[in-house]
Amino acid sequence: MATTTAVGQAPNKASTRHKLSGMRRREAVWCYIFMTPAVLGLLLFAIGPMIASLYLSFTSYDMLSAPEFIGMKNYVKLMADKLFQKSLGVTLLYAVITVPGTLIAGLVAAILLNTKIPTIGFFRSAYYLPSVIGGVAVARVWAMLYNADHGLFNIILSWFGIDGPGWLTDERFALPSLMFMGIWSFGGTMLIYLAGLQSIPKDLYEAAEVDGAGKLRRHWYITIPMLSNVTFFNLVIGIIGALQVFAEPFVLTGGTGNPNNSTLLLPLYLYRTAFTYLEMGYASAIAWVVFAITLVLTALVFRSLPMWVHTEAGED
Amino acid sequence: MAEKEDRGMGGVPLSKPRVIGRIIVLSIGALLVLTPVIWTALTSLKTAQQTLAVPPVWFFVPQWSNYAEVLQLVPFQNYALNTAIVVTGVVVGTLLSCSFSAYGFARLRAPGKNAIFGVLMATMMLPSTVTLVPTYIAFNKIGWLNTFLPLIVPALFGSAFFIFLFRQFYLSIPKEVEEAARIDGAGYFRIWWSIFLPLSMPVIATVMVFTFVGTYNDFFGPLIYLTDESKWTISVALASFGGSPRIGPQLHMLTAGTLIAAAPSIIVFLLAQRYYMTGISVAGVNK
Repeated sequence: MATTTAVGQAPNKASTRHKLSGMRRREAVWCYIFMTPAVLGLLLFAIGPMIASLYLSFTSYDMLSAPEFIGMKNYVKLMADKLFQKSLGVTLLYAVITVPGTLIAGLVAAILLNTKIPTIGFFRSAYYLPSVIGGVAVARVWAMLYNADHGLFNIILSWFGIDGPGWLTDERFALPSLMFMGIWSFGGTMLIYLAGLQSIPKDLYEAAEVDGAGKLRRHWYITIPMLSNVTFFNLVIGIIGALQVFAEPFVLTGGTGNPNNSTLLLPLYLYRTAFTYLEMGYASAIAWVVFAITLVLTALVFRSLPMWVHTEAGED
Repeated sequence: MAEKEDRGMGGVPLSKPRVIGRIIVLSIGALLVLTPVIWTALTSLKTAQQTLAVPPVWFFVPQWSNYAEVLQLVPFQNYALNTAIVVTGVVVGTLLSCSFSAYGFARLRAPGKNAIFGVLMATMMLPSTVTLVPTYIAFNKIGWLNTFLPLIVPALFGSAFFIFLFRQFYLSIPKEVEEAARIDGAGYFRIWWSIFLPLSMPVIATVMVFTFVGTYNDFFGPLIYLTDESKWTISVALASFGGSPRIGPQLHMLTAGTLIAAAPSIIVFLLAQRYYMTGISVAGVNK
């Protein structure tokens, strides 16, 4: 600033530049003011807790006495923790089935709903409806359907002379029951696919039809490749979501994750560790393992990207 | 906006016989998808004996009084009031903080802005499990347990996805709007408050609907922070109904309570689905 005025050769030009940089500075100051809530939120509710959680994962802390640094002990304990291994296995299995299941259900529904017919608005709402119902209510609804004695599923099975199992009390069926319930809320995935479908140029299908491609072939060779970026988005969101499912198993099993821990998803195990046993350090270690798994899975999806995501040249 | 609505209702036109075929397929699908809800609704209108009958009773006199009765069994008004406080706080806080920050990200220049925005967007991928324990400990330390503050206060500091939605919208507003106001001597705050905020009604509606449903349905937060029954929200109360000796064993009460609890988010969704669709398509198409 001092130098610009000292030059003094073209006072007019210098003063406009001065004013401009003053305006620029004012703009920057205001920009920071506007960003303040977001930046504070980032520090207070994301980065700060993340660092604190990483630190706590190396401590033993019961909230009564100060955290005691114990190095890698929590992680070593996790490796030998049979219940954790079970919980991890259950969670991965849940994700491996529920995420693709939701994608397929969402895509099929979206293709069926992507048409101009009367009543389509009603159908779109109907298919999305389960997704606005909260996890607790969803669990309540399905607990009734799954009831061994007077639930709807076993009533239907009894029409065919089949004696239905205890869906939630038999170890073999509890987790699949939970998965099926999870796939029921495919509405979000479906709407994202629907938006994606509507951005596919129609002439692609017309050209394929002229070439004599059948319906299934058209979907296989046009719809699925053209939607690959949407699939990618749904996949990432789905993985993150599947590793955070809590309300459903909590309500269905009264917080136990039974029968025989077969529905003990990791968030439930973490909840128990932190809030029932007050092992905050150990719970933080679990949280970081969950986070690491999320990162690894997401990274795998990203890495596999060039193999299956179709990008059109000239697309933004 | 008109274009967006058009996109929302768009789709492939079908020939007449295929329209009927498609409606039949969609109806069967809708019946399957809605069966759990329909079954719950039917059960909620039966008498206690009818709910346990095998084979089930299909024709019965609907017991509408079940709904009134379940509201008597629990301090439902209390849960509803608690929920209303939390939801209102979160919705208002989210709208203000997100639109405020988004204005800076969209319309003003400052060194480091893009880097901050990048980090902010990355937090959308952060599972809440990671931040949960320290956040709980901190709120516990400052004595906020059993208050609504841990549920409301974070909303005052924005949320990545909604900031993103507002920012996308603000980016599309022509520069002249701002310049005209600046010539009239309006400061940045005034421009945001009296020009950008009122212009962003469609985004406000979208964010409101998402925040309402998300907060109303939230279970984990209220479960860990609101330990005292007088502070419970509807979702925590509903989770406890199963173990409640007055409600748990009575399926007609349990289902009536479930439907009452699920109703607000369903109603908001049905009234505002247009905004739902907009928000979701922005999310899907822009990533």
